[in-house]
Amino acid sequence: AGPVQVQLVVPMAVVFAPGSVPGDLPRPLPFRDVQEMEISVNLRTSVTSRYEMRYRSTTAQEEAALAAATAREADAALYPLQDTTLGSLTMYVVPETSSLLPQGINVYVGKHRSALLRAGGGLAALQARLREVTQLMSFTATSIAAALSDRVPDGQLGPDARRNLKSSLGYEITFSLLNPDPKSHTVDWDIEGAVNRFVKPVLDKLSLVANFSVDSQILYYAVLGVTPRYDKESSSFLLSAHSLPHVINPVEARLGSSAASLYPVLNFLLYVPERSHSPLYIQDKDGAPVSTNAFHSPRWGGIMVYNVEAPASPQVSLPLHVDVDMARVMEVFLAQLRLLFGLSREEVPPEFLLESPGNEGLADWELDHLLWAHAVENIATVSTTLTSLAQLLDKIGNIVIKDDVASEVYRAVASVQSAVTELSLGHLLAAFQASKEAVTCSERAFFDPSLLHLLYFPDDQKFAIYIPLFLPMAVPILLSLAKIVRETRLRKKEPTKMD
Amino acid sequence: VCTSRFWFNYRHVANTLSVYRSVKRLGIPDSHIVLMLADDMACNPRNPKPATVFSHKNMELNVYGDDVEVDYRSYEVTVENFLRVLTGRIPPSTPRSKRLLSDDRSNILIYMTGHGGNGFLKFQDSEEITNVELADAFEQMWQKRRYNELLFIIDTCQGASMYERFYSPNIMALASSQVGEDSLSHQPDLGIGVHLMDRYTFYVLEFLEEIHPASQTNMNDLFQVCPKSLCVSTPGHRTDLFQRDPQNVLITDFFGSVRKVEITTETLSLDRDVPGLESKFPEEELATEPLKYAEQLPVAQIIHQKPKQKDWHPPGGFILGLWALIIMVFFKTYGIKHMKHVF
Repeated sequence: AGPVQVQLVVPMAVVFAPGSVPGDLPRPLPFRDVQEMEISVNLRTSVTSRYEMRYRSTTAQEEAALAAATAREADAALYPLQDTTLGSLTMYVVPETSSLLPQGINVYVGKHRSALLRAGGGLAALQARLREVTQLMSFTATSIAAALSDRVPDGQLGPDARRNLKSSLGYEITFSLLNPDPKSHTVDWDIEGAVNRFVKPVLDKLSLVANFSVDSQILYYAVLGVTPRYDKESSSFLLSAHSLPHVINPVEARLGSSAASLYPVLNFLLYVPERSHSPLYIQDKDGAPVSTNAFHSPRWGGIMVYNVEAPASPQVSLPLHVDVDMARVMEVFLAQLRLLFGLSREEVPPEFLLESPGNEGLADWELDHLLWAHAVENIATVSTTLTSLAQLLDKIGNIVIKDDVASEVYRAVASVQSAVTELSLGHLLAAFQASKEAVTCSERAFFDPSLLHLLYFPDDQKFAIYIPLFLPMAVPILLSLAKIVRETRLRKKEPTKMD
Repeated sequence: VCTSRFWFNYRHVANTLSVYRSVKRLGIPDSHIVLMLADDMACNPRNPKPATVFSHKNMELNVYGDDVEVDYRSYEVTVENFLRVLTGRIPPSTPRSKRLLSDDRSNILIYMTGHGGNGFLKFQDSEEITNVELADAFEQMWQKRRYNELLFIIDTCQGASMYERFYSPNIMALASSQVGEDSLSHQPDLGIGVHLMDRYTFYVLEFLEEIHPASQTNMNDLFQVCPKSLCVSTPGHRTDLFQRDPQNVLITDFFGSVRKVEITTETLSLDRDVPGLESKFPEEELATEPLKYAEQLPVAQIIHQKPKQKDWHPPGGFILGLWALIIMVFFKTYGIKHMKHVF
């Protein structure tokens, strides 16, 4: 893998509301400061992060916005006043006694690219808090290491390191409804409406990251591979956590996927249990039923169990008509989609309050988070691909490089150089798009079908083939050459003799 | 991969199909299996029991069955296609089922059977793959992180020579015989008239019958399968490139498929009163142009075309030099006076 030296630049503004300026500032406002940190992955790969901070005080408009009643309103009012380029961050510091942030909360992270911090404790404490927030909203050492996971020596990565979806040009999302008992349940799901209302906004927001295509299907008589256990206390059926891994494989054989596209497929399955196994709950490791009744598998997708309410009267004509509550289902599926991409809100310190992104599915800074990780991953992939291609061509001298392969390689090199430059200038979107272009070109060059080397001739085979061919032919030539040499020598001697 | 064709190589097809069945039984779906077979056994005119392939002379199990999905069949089983599948250098028109869509978290099992020799494996009686090519293909896979760990099993004569040259990390290899030894077949069936299975694969399959998807058996047990007393040849294995201790490697890591699963504890809160976005298909039919018969290829023109003149290239340096040498020697030896008889 080739050496990768990347500098990630995050332009930031730290804005102090009146009354929040710490007493021990090194210089009067406004001033600029730079903080650099090195995230070294291995000997030849190093990523430096550089936060270019502009400290200043609020403008009159910002002060008016910060006078709002709640943090959410303040965030909405501040949004038009901010720098909204991808990758940039704005931090507003409010006085310690401000009532904008609820009690016990010191940091409020909004839906866009800004956060409200509570001042207090002097400059050092403020900077520590700033660092925490900026790392949450852009990238951390762990997220960069996860993006570069194939360069990190195996021992250093945790067991959960390779969970997130790999950066790809596109993803195929398939929603499947599994109805194992059509005699008892006629299930209607308005998937098209649900996709239009709930899924499309999220995918539109993610469209910067990759192309998405959505399909859906209904499978009848598709059963889970595991028989659930009946629990008398709750009079329901339970699927324990350790039997979940065996559920996916029997179903996967029945799930189709588009034969034409090569993008990774994300499957979201909605399982309506049979009447004889209803209601069905999933148990977590401690034995408690899971509130979402769903589980997911990294890089594959998710499964949710949808229980049908038992009808009030026991004598009811089968099949029961079931109208699936798509909003509840999509809440879970879209949360699983976020988790598959690695956008989790689990490990947030308790003094932080994160604004919910609502129907957009993810906050602007979460999108940035994905773009940083994918840009770094793409650059590392391109570097590995091109280096290994060069090594291959060095080793096997008789591969012919077609012109278009060569031009793809040049384009990939140019794009990756531009991506690294844009990252060091702080232009995240341009850098990401350049890195995507670089990956496309380098993959096309590396996987070009013409680069197959089949001609391996060991030396003894070369002798075995050429000697029987050329030796008989060469015998008269060599003998004649010997005769010529002898005659020339004789003729040279003769004149001296005659004299 | 079964690299043989013709009726008398029945046992290689039975080997491959039996391993395919075990792997499917342990949970790997067809979309994750690339099966390369000559597939000329079941419908062979010499098969006394058509549409079946048996692996045991008691004919208990028809390994061909109803749901065998062969991805590369008959003449598509070539060294080139095999290397293309491994390295991923496949023409863009190839469907998903014929590709190896693995990533850095995939464990790959490769099982090959057929006729082999010291350092090579014969593909369908017309070509060979050498151990160096195989090692290079695995290195190409490693460079692109197309596998996390790879288990290579080969059941041919002198099978151990095929894994001698591997140099990429995370590869474990098993072979049915050492260099200089032949792998023998198990039992002939007098009804069908050919040998049904090879010994090594037969005992491996007996071993696999005990494995179920949640089993904890490890690789060391697989290494003990088929000792010399049963197999006549000495099975070999190679684990020096593998990072984990074989004791800790479960059989189901390669032969089955156990996924990592996480409980979903987060939900997104959605605002349910979202008006539907415009649907993609408006209610009224758009007026479309009447369809025309598309321009077809001008076949008549092409048939009657004169064949294109191939560009003439002057002969290369080597040929010219050789001819010059021969002519010069001829005339030097036999004298210039012969020239006028030639011209």
